[in-house]
Amino acid sequence: MPMMERQLGKESIMREKILSIIEKNSRVDIKELAIILGVPEIDVANELKAMEEEGVICGYHTLIDWEKTSIEKVSALIEVRVTPQRGQGFDTIAERIYKYPEVNSVYLISGGYDLLVSLEGKSLKEVSSFVSNKLSTLDSVLSTATHFILKKYKDHGTIMTKKYEDERMKVTP
Amino acid sequence: MRDPLSKQIRGIKPSGIRKFFDVVNEMPDAISLGVGEPDFDTPWHIRDEGIYSLEKGRTFYTSNSGLKELKIEICNYLKRSQNLDYDYNKHVIVTVGGSEAIDVALRAMLDPGDEVLIPQPCYVSYDPCTILAGGVPVPINLKHENEFRLTPQELKAAITPKTKVLIMPFPNNPTGAIMEKKDLEAIADIIIENDLYVISDEIYAELTYKEKHVSIATLEGLKERTILINGFSKAYAMTGWRLGYAVGPSEIIEQMTKIHQFAIMCAPTTSQYAAVEALRNGDDDVAEMREAYNQRRRYLMHAFREMGLECFEPYGAFYVFPCIKEFGMTSEEFATKFLEEQKVAVVPGTAFGDCGEGFLRISYAYSLENLKIAIGRLNEFVTKLRKEKEQA
Repeated sequence: MPMMERQLGKESIMREKILSIIEKNSRVDIKELAIILGVPEIDVANELKAMEEEGVICGYHTLIDWEKTSIEKVSALIEVRVTPQRGQGFDTIAERIYKYPEVNSVYLISGGYDLLVSLEGKSLKEVSSFVSNKLSTLDSVLSTATHFILKKYKDHGTIMTKKYEDERMKVTP
Repeated sequence: MRDPLSKQIRGIKPSGIRKFFDVVNEMPDAISLGVGEPDFDTPWHIRDEGIYSLEKGRTFYTSNSGLKELKIEICNYLKRSQNLDYDYNKHVIVTVGGSEAIDVALRAMLDPGDEVLIPQPCYVSYDPCTILAGGVPVPINLKHENEFRLTPQELKAAITPKTKVLIMPFPNNPTGAIMEKKDLEAIADIIIENDLYVISDEIYAELTYKEKHVSIATLEGLKERTILINGFSKAYAMTGWRLGYAVGPSEIIEQMTKIHQFAIMCAPTTSQYAAVEALRNGDDDVAEMREAYNQRRRYLMHAFREMGLECFEPYGAFYVFPCIKEFGMTSEEFATKFLEEQKVAVVPGTAFGDCGEGFLRISYAYSLENLKIAIGRLNEFVTKLRKEKEQA
C-alpha cells in the first residue's frame, strides 16, 4: 500500500510538471517533453491522453493579440446579478448564458454580483445590443454592468505590450 | 616619473574571460551561451520589498556585519537546509556578493607564503585574491574521468607543510560538478589531519539536480575549520543586488568583519531588506527556477549525446562542460571559430584554469528556445569540422 501511494505521488508530480510546461507552450511535442522531464516518451503520451480524457486538459488554444491585426474586435466584461433558481442555484442561468457563441467565458463570482461574463463582438454596437436584447431580457437577470476592455496589458500570464529583451552582458564569469 | 603601479598588481593577469567578452561585444547579432548569471528576473515580491524599503526611507548604513533580521534569516536558512547551527551575532557577515566574502576570508586567514589549494577549473577570482592577500595559489587539476570532483589522492598530493587553506568550489562553475556526501567524507580526514582550513564557496548550493546539496561544514570536525560562503545571486536571481554572506568560526568572522568595515562599511541596505524577503518567502521561486534549469540541462545532455559530443553529466550550477578534444583545436581556437562562423559565444574552458583546455563552458541560463537555436548551430559546426577532418 505505501508503495502504491508513492507511485501515485510520482505520477502527480509528473502531471504537474507537464501541465506547467504546456500551460505556457502547448506546441511543445511529446518527444521534447520526454527529454526535458527525463522520462520515457510513452509515459508522457499516456499521461497527456489520460488528462485529455479526464478533462484536465480542455483544449490547446492560441493567445492572439487582435489589436495587431486588421480584424476589428471589441471585448467586454459584464457583471451580472441574477436570482438563483430553487434546487439549481446558478447553474441553469449560467448555462443559458454560455450557450451564446459570442460569450467567451462565464464565471460564478463571490462578492457584489454573481456572474462575470466575458464577451467578444465585432463592434461596440454588437456588444451592447447583445447585452440589452439578449442578456438583460433573461428572466432571472436582475441587472448588468458592462465594462469595455480598452487595452490588454497582460493575458494568460503573458505580457502583450512589451517584448522580452536580454539585458545581461554577453559573457560573464 | 615613477611607476604608479605595484609590482604585485602588474603580476596579476586580467581575467581570461575579459578577452573573450571584448570579442563578443563586437558582434551585436551573436547568440551568447556565455553568461554566468540567471536569465530570470528577481521574483517580484523580493523586488517589491526592496522598493518598499526605499519608500520607507531605509537608506542608511546597516551595522558592519549586516542587518540583524537578515543575519537571523541566514541562520534559519542554514538550519533548515543543512541542519547547521550558527549564532547570528557571532558567526555571520553579510558581504557585497559572494566575491567579497572570498576576498576578505583569504585576507583574514593568510600570512605571506601560506599556500592555498585551488581545485581547477574554477571561478576566476580565487587565484588573484590569494595573491593579493599575500598567499601562494596552488592549483589542483581536476579530471574529466572523475567528473571533475576532488579526490583524496589529488588533495593529498598537493599538500605541503605550507598549505593552510583549501578552496572548495562546489557546485562548480564552470564544470557543473558537485561533491556528494561520500566525496566529502573521503577528504574530511585529510583536511583535519593536515590542520587545513576550508573556504567553501557554495553559491550554487540551491542549484543541484541529483541529491540535495550537502555542505562540507556538516561533516564532523569540519564546521570549526570552514568558512561557508553563499549568497543571493544564483538561487534568487539577484546578481545585480550584490549580496552574499559568509558564516564560520567567530574568530575568523570577526577579523573578516574588520576588513569589511574598513573597505566596504556595509553591504547595500536596500539589497539586505530584499534578501530578508527572499529567505522568508522565496523557497517556491527557487524550486521553480531549479526545475526550469534542470529541464534545460536534460535537453543539452540529450543534444550532446545525439551529436556524439563527449560530456560527463553535471548535476550542479547551470553549466555543462563538453569535451572538444576530438577536433584537435584548443578551446580558444574552437570558441573563436564557432563565434566567427556560427555567431554563438561559448567560453573556452581555459578561462577557468589551464586544465580547462579541451573543454567549453556552455551556460544554460537561457530559454529553451534560445538553446535550441544555439545547439542547432553547434551541430552544424561540429558536423562540418568532422567532415573536414575526414577529408584531410
